[in-house]
Amino acid sequence: MPVTAIPPEHADDPGAPGFAAKIDTETKIEPKDWMPDGYRKTLVRQMSQHAHSEYVGMLPERNWLTRAPSLKRKAQLLAKIQDEAGHALYLYSAAETLGTSRAEMLDALHTGRAKYAHIFNYPVLTWADIGTIGWLVDGAAIINQIMLCRCSYGPYARAMERICREESFHQRQGFEIMVTLCQGTAEQRRMAQDALNRWWWPVLMMFGPHDSASANSAQSTAWKIKRQSNDDLRQQFVDMTVPQADYLKLTIPDPDLRWNETRGHYDFGQIDFEELMRVVSGDGPCNRERLGARVKAHDDGAWVREAATAYAAKRRTRAKAA
Amino acid sequence: MSEAASADWPLWEVFVRARQGLSHKHAGSLHAPDAEMAIQNARDVYTRRREGESLWVVRSTDIIASDPDDKGSLFEPAESKIYRHPTFYTVPDEVECL
Repeated sequence: MPVTAIPPEHADDPGAPGFAAKIDTETKIEPKDWMPDGYRKTLVRQMSQHAHSEYVGMLPERNWLTRAPSLKRKAQLLAKIQDEAGHALYLYSAAETLGTSRAEMLDALHTGRAKYAHIFNYPVLTWADIGTIGWLVDGAAIINQIMLCRCSYGPYARAMERICREESFHQRQGFEIMVTLCQGTAEQRRMAQDALNRWWWPVLMMFGPHDSASANSAQSTAWKIKRQSNDDLRQQFVDMTVPQADYLKLTIPDPDLRWNETRGHYDFGQIDFEELMRVVSGDGPCNRERLGARVKAHDDGAWVREAATAYAAKRRTRAKAA
Repeated sequence: MSEAASADWPLWEVFVRARQGLSHKHAGSLHAPDAEMAIQNARDVYTRRREGESLWVVRSTDIIASDPDDKGSLFEPAESKIYRHPTFYTVPDEVECL
């Protein structure tokens, strides 16, 4: 049976035809509209995971704030990290429109029940990694997020538009770091190549498993949450990135990578999806470190939240007395 | 939920005026303990790139919204009144400034 916008258990629901019509005519679904339980659940999961990824995404870069090679690079990295925090906040707010709370989502992250993008569990060893993250990790994220701007849920699509607008600077600052390194000394070029070697395959995994192995793809596609397949997005990324690597005179670490004239696309090698599953489920190089840092930041910030609450309470009391 | 999770601060809707002469437009929402801190947070979250020069914050619970189910009774009456639009009227080609 083909997967449709209305799952069988909602077939007789009075809200169902209206929902199906909206999906059909590309009308956005808004928070107060009727929606299937699965649609709500899928979005809460996806949007909170997306928010967690933005949030945790700040952590790999923070070590390089004090080690950036110049004041200009430091200011840029600081602005990028601040954007990631902002993007997490947009997405948490958007997810809250579906009835979950910020406290619930953070608790799920901090207790390890919620997932976030596996890519942030890899170590950031050199300054060239910062360049590569901006160029490739943000580049891959943008491809996925441009698709999500057309997602059927209004608040998610709107958050994505804003995020895409802001994130193109992230990718460009990363590429600029790579250009600088690749035009530098032999050691700097080696550093750039080494970073590409370590990040290339994990970045390709960011688009998720093959469509044939992706459990929720068909339903998400029927709901127009997902508008393009994992493999199509990955292909788009590879086609876009190979010429950029060529410009940098860097070698993509894939012996099977070659232009396929017939397909009009680059062919590329097999991705180790077992590694993806391993890292997603908690066993990557830095999972414990990242989650530990996130929990510590939350705990260490408790006094700030308490102080803000106390300050607000004091001002309310004074306003009443006056 | 574990002990660490506590109740959220109130939710505020943020409106940003891009520049003088334009109306404030909804930008998003955020949590803050009071209005003053909501303004400060809104500045950091929604105007990092000179998106505006004036902010409004409103407690989300203070916004009264129409029910999507009432869409028909509220807005359908306007649909049949196309004579409220200038394009409804026929004007001779040779007449100008109308």
